[in-house]
Amino acid sequence: MAAVTDVTGSSAAPQERRRRALRAFLRNPAGMISLAFLLGAVALALAAPHLYPEDPLSMVARPFLWPGQNAAYPLGTDSLGRDVAAGVVWGTRISLLVGFCAMALGISVGLLVGAVAGYFGGRVDDALVKFIEIFQTPPSFVLLVVLVAIAQPAISTVIVAIALVTWPTAARLVRAEFRSLREKDFVMAARGLGYGHARIIFREILPNALPPLIVSASVLVATAILMEAALSFLGLSDPNVVSWGSMIGAGRELLRTAWYLCAVPGVAIVLTVLALNLLGDALNDSLNPRVSAKR
Amino acid sequence: MTIARRVLKTLVRNGLSAIPTVLAIVILNFFLLQLAPGDAADVIAGESGAATEESMRQLRARLGLDLPVVAQLQAYLSNLAQGSLGFSPRYNMPVADLILQRLPQTLMLLGMALGFAFVLGVTLGTVMALNAGRWPDRMISVLTLLLYSVPGFWIGLMLIVLFSIKLGWLPSGGAETIASGFAGLDLVLDRLRHMILPSLTLSLFFIAVYARLTRAAVMEVAEQDFVRTARAKGLSGFTVGFRHVLRNALLPVTTLAGMHIGGVLGGAVVVETVFSWPGLGRLAFEAVMRRDYNVLLGVLLLSSFVVIIANMLVDLLQAWLDPRIEVR
Repeated sequence: MAAVTDVTGSSAAPQERRRRALRAFLRNPAGMISLAFLLGAVALALAAPHLYPEDPLSMVARPFLWPGQNAAYPLGTDSLGRDVAAGVVWGTRISLLVGFCAMALGISVGLLVGAVAGYFGGRVDDALVKFIEIFQTPPSFVLLVVLVAIAQPAISTVIVAIALVTWPTAARLVRAEFRSLREKDFVMAARGLGYGHARIIFREILPNALPPLIVSASVLVATAILMEAALSFLGLSDPNVVSWGSMIGAGRELLRTAWYLCAVPGVAIVLTVLALNLLGDALNDSLNPRVSAKR
Repeated sequence: MTIARRVLKTLVRNGLSAIPTVLAIVILNFFLLQLAPGDAADVIAGESGAATEESMRQLRARLGLDLPVVAQLQAYLSNLAQGSLGFSPRYNMPVADLILQRLPQTLMLLGMALGFAFVLGVTLGTVMALNAGRWPDRMISVLTLLLYSVPGFWIGLMLIVLFSIKLGWLPSGGAETIASGFAGLDLVLDRLRHMILPSLTLSLFFIAVYARLTRAAVMEVAEQDFVRTARAKGLSGFTVGFRHVLRNALLPVTTLAGMHIGGVLGGAVVVETVFSWPGLGRLAFEAVMRRDYNVLLGVLLLSSFVVIIANMLVDLLQAWLDPRIEVR
């Protein structure tokens, strides 16, 4: 499998490469299982209003039913008699929404900054690298807490704040890719043909820089989900929506008597984030076979 | 070049390149403070219970809050140069004192967590590299992925359930047993017992980071010529593994691991809150809850400085360990 990909990284046969990557991905069991799990989670999130039409914050049964005690409430009920299963299903919506939106926003900003820095180089690059460094130096979770505390706690501000602390990762990655790609022959050729900077950046270099970006996208969704969970656990997210983190935060006071209230939503977080990380690994193996074979 | 000169040169170069970053972070901090809802006058008025328009105006004039933003920035910078981060009416003490009082607790937690992460991570990574592709490698690799995916606050709570509630072996929070009357060695042991669960929780993610870094580094070093030479001259596998491979592999591991200090500090906010550990992270959380933005941004500023200093120390360590690293 090693050293089959063309070393120049040129776009000579992108379709052939894409097909090979897809075949490698389809052969990876961990990647396929993760993908199936995530699609299931998306389906669950979309179906939440049909599965549990009632507000997950409403009281529906006797409080403190343990999981498995009553078949109608398979994951039990909390101290106020709210259905834990309904909370987990509705929480899936919030986690996936925040995860995907924060990733998309973070990657977009990172892509723009990283592409400009890596493509133009020189002083522009120096200035942008300093700029990235400013955002990367403060501990990202502390910065996140500050941003959310200053803005009003709502899902949209949480998304923007998470994107603000995660874009430097994407920017550095894109910059490194662009730096190595801009010296390649096909970019020289594009310059020789008189293409503009924008066209070279987006049409010529970007498609070749995509594989590592796709891998990091899945890891960034995982990071964003973990950050949202930690924020809502601390009670710093939107207090009016049920999320996995806020369920754990609410169950914390009852840890001694009803630890399942913390355990169940936590398992949902772990499985989702694990699936995203496994998917990232599988994508990495199929998109960058040369690199991962060496690792 | 002697070791001392190399280290000194690295120090000067790093110090110079850190100055613009520090300045930019200070200014960013100031503007975030400006964006925060309410100002110090509101906080003081809130503490005292009531205030008239007139007294608020006087208060703002006294605190310099009615000056233009540039003048306020100047005042902020000159205060900062004198080591002052402002005053916290809620805690009734200077913010800098408050933060410095909490810092040692967090650094202790950080040190212990990084210690756990380093020892366990390097061990796991080495085992993975030496068995690359075989079942121990695959098992540990799944374990590291799991550690990457577990939220720190959740695993902390689960550890409390197991070790404090079910088994009763370790305390579930705080820094020491209250009113225990412990002294000397007993006090030290009591504090260590309180540190085990929070530092272990904080370290789990970084165990995975170190393990993956070590695996990659060991595999790369193991392919190099001097390792083959060592084997060819008949050294035992153990000697080659430790003296030749691991020693050289640890260099990239220390550098890359130094980059994760910020991550550990961020994790401390959540972990300290879970374990009621009286450190910087918990202070940040309390500051948010009390809407004390002076304290909150002071924590942000100071933790950024800790990251910058940690990165410089890692560079110095490298310059000291590896003569090949020339000062650019």
